[in-house]
Amino acid sequence: MFTLIQIIFVRSGQTALIALRALRRNKLRSSLTALGIIIGVASVVAMVAVGNGAQARITSQISALGQNLLTVFAGSKHSGGVNSGLGSASSITLADAAAIAREVTDVVAMSPEISTTAQAIANGRNWSTSIVGESPDYLKIRDWKLAAGSMFTERDTRGAVKVAVIGSKTANELFGPLNPVGQSVRIKNIPFVIIGLLESKGAGMGGQNQDDRIIIPYTTAMKRLTGDKYLRSVNLQIISASRMEAAQQQLTSLLRQRHRLTTGQDDDFNIFNQKEIADTVNSVSRIITLLLGAVAGISLLVGGIGIMNIMLVSVTERTREIGIRIAVGAQPGDIRLQFLIEAVTLSLLGGLIGVLSGVGAAQLVGVVADFHAVVSTGSIILAFGVSTAIGVFFGLYPAHKAAALNPIEALRYE
Amino acid sequence: MNTPVIELRELVKTYQTGEVEVKAVRGVTLNIQRGEFVAIMGASGSGKSTLMNTLGCLDQPSGGTYRLDGVAVAGLDRRELAKLRNKKLGFVFQSFNLLSRTSAQDNVELPLFYTQPLVTLRERRQRAMEALEKVGLGSRGGHHPSQLSGGQQQRVAIARALVNRPELVLADEPTGNLDTRTSIEIMGLFQELNEAGITIVMVTHELDVAAYCKRIVVMRDGQVISDTLNGNRRTARQELATLNDAEQTARLG
Ligand SMILES: Nc1ncnc2c1ncn2[C@@H]1O[C@H](COP(=O)(O)OP(=O)(O)O)[C@@H](O)[C@H]1O
Ligand SMILES: [Mg+2]
Repeated sequence: MFTLIQIIFVRSGQTALIALRALRRNKLRSSLTALGIIIGVASVVAMVAVGNGAQARITSQISALGQNLLTVFAGSKHSGGVNSGLGSASSITLADAAAIAREVTDVVAMSPEISTTAQAIANGRNWSTSIVGESPDYLKIRDWKLAAGSMFTERDTRGAVKVAVIGSKTANELFGPLNPVGQSVRIKNIPFVIIGLLESKGAGMGGQNQDDRIIIPYTTAMKRLTGDKYLRSVNLQIISASRMEAAQQQLTSLLRQRHRLTTGQDDDFNIFNQKEIADTVNSVSRIITLLLGAVAGISLLVGGIGIMNIMLVSVTERTREIGIRIAVGAQPGDIRLQFLIEAVTLSLLGGLIGVLSGVGAAQLVGVVADFHAVVSTGSIILAFGVSTAIGVFFGLYPAHKAAALNPIEALRYE
Repeated sequence: MNTPVIELRELVKTYQTGEVEVKAVRGVTLNIQRGEFVAIMGASGSGKSTLMNTLGCLDQPSGGTYRLDGVAVAGLDRRELAKLRNKKLGFVFQSFNLLSRTSAQDNVELPLFYTQPLVTLRERRQRAMEALEKVGLGSRGGHHPSQLSGGQQQRVAIARALVNRPELVLADEPTGNLDTRTSIEIMGLFQELNEAGITIVMVTHELDVAAYCKRIVVMRDGQVISDTLNGNRRTARQELATLNDAEQTARLG
């Protein structure tokens, strides 16, 4: 029994040697076959990773907006066919904001928002940035932390004090590596004291840089910068995700009532519901991931057909080789084992290179498009399994056919 | 009395190609003893190759019996036939049938890969080397068939046939693709092997080549029509010497 196992073992070893020699002898065919596998596996792994990564990034961007965020924008202003965009119309006032705080249940935090663009001058430098007026609640609503200093307070808002919290990009442009907290910055020639530095948040949903801004109390912004009594928007945080729908309805009817809109008239405001957007975006990105997966599946199939072609085309040459081997005494089992080892080696090697290059390609796309590719084990197993199955099947099939031939028929095969 | 190496009784081989039945060998009875050196001659299409393939266990007869070393081949399965081809027989093809893109050494080693009991790597190397030396190609082990002349390729094929020390070497027109001088060299090699005790059966349609054999069997239409001992046998060694002299003279003149 022991010797039998030994014989089988050593014999497989010898056949493996024959198989590897045969692969080396036919470098072109071997590499073309492996290439089919590599392309198939790599594209599946890469595309699924890119899809997952994109989805993860979108999800994280949405949650970076804050928790249970509801934003009311003033409607867009149409004048002479020019649409000035959301928040441009004059429809939401501080009185509206106060009424919302009073009457909409489940609101846990609120921040009226004013927004303008201005030159900021400090430290002898000059930088054009966006100036945003908010309430002290804003950081809580946006789930945003300070890297240094502190946020302005209710008292600052009440007194329209000239204090500012600065975004990391703006701080870097104006102060370089210096700590901006405690420094002074002039906005429209009005000096502000910087009391806080925001943590970096990266690109927002629209692709704009959220770190390039200066936040000041909304009262200060209205009184000293814009002189306007209208708000761009009101940011609201709702107590829980399940209450957002109801809050949005309350908000809508309250504002319609306050703006005296009759049934049939359009809203003069827009409500951005974070949960609704998140649900839509998530389902869209899932579809995109699925689509990418399908495209990758097709390339796996095309790769498989490539493997099949090469294997079948090589039947002629290999049948003669098989004939020679049988003529000098190879058993049919020897031939089958040899081709099995060849096919498995190619498939595994191709699969391995495919996985590596797929992961590499996904990382590369991630670097270029600025997100983390998420390689999924499932896609690796699937791609590997399918390509190996195709490789082994079409590697073995011609061998099986040829091994069953009479040696003389195999030798004569043209 | 010794059992013949080859014992044929009314051997028949019929090819079925579509509707047409081709009777390639029709009743050959023949005994070949150990140590013989037989030439099988005959016109093209007379059934020589068919007979040889059957003798080499590359193909199965349609009728009659074939005993190799006293064993009836018809009763053997594929595995046992493979074993016979591996151990007892060495087959030399007219078209060499070497593995391309494979060194001469590896080509010669090929049968040893399939030998039971297993041959160790070192022994495989060594025996292949010896076989190559025997055919005068000791220094060409690393060459690929495409880097060798026709005669050299045929020598590699002969070395492959010899590597497992067979009792019987079968050669189907081994000199068919070679020039006169190379043919004589190959025949010299066969004569040496035969002197060393190996039984040789070869096919040729050239009388010049058959003249180096001890016995000449002539076939026509799938049957043996004459079977004679070769009275005035040529010796390749002498012929080559004469040829060398002639070349020498030609060069001087
Ligand atoms: N595989 C085959 N199928 C059908 N007919 C064949 C086959 N091989 C040989 N023949 C026929 O058998 C006859 C003998 O052929 P062969 O043995 O090759 O002759 P030789 O070697 O003496 O030239 C020829 O008529 C040939 O056409
Ligand atoms: Mg012939």
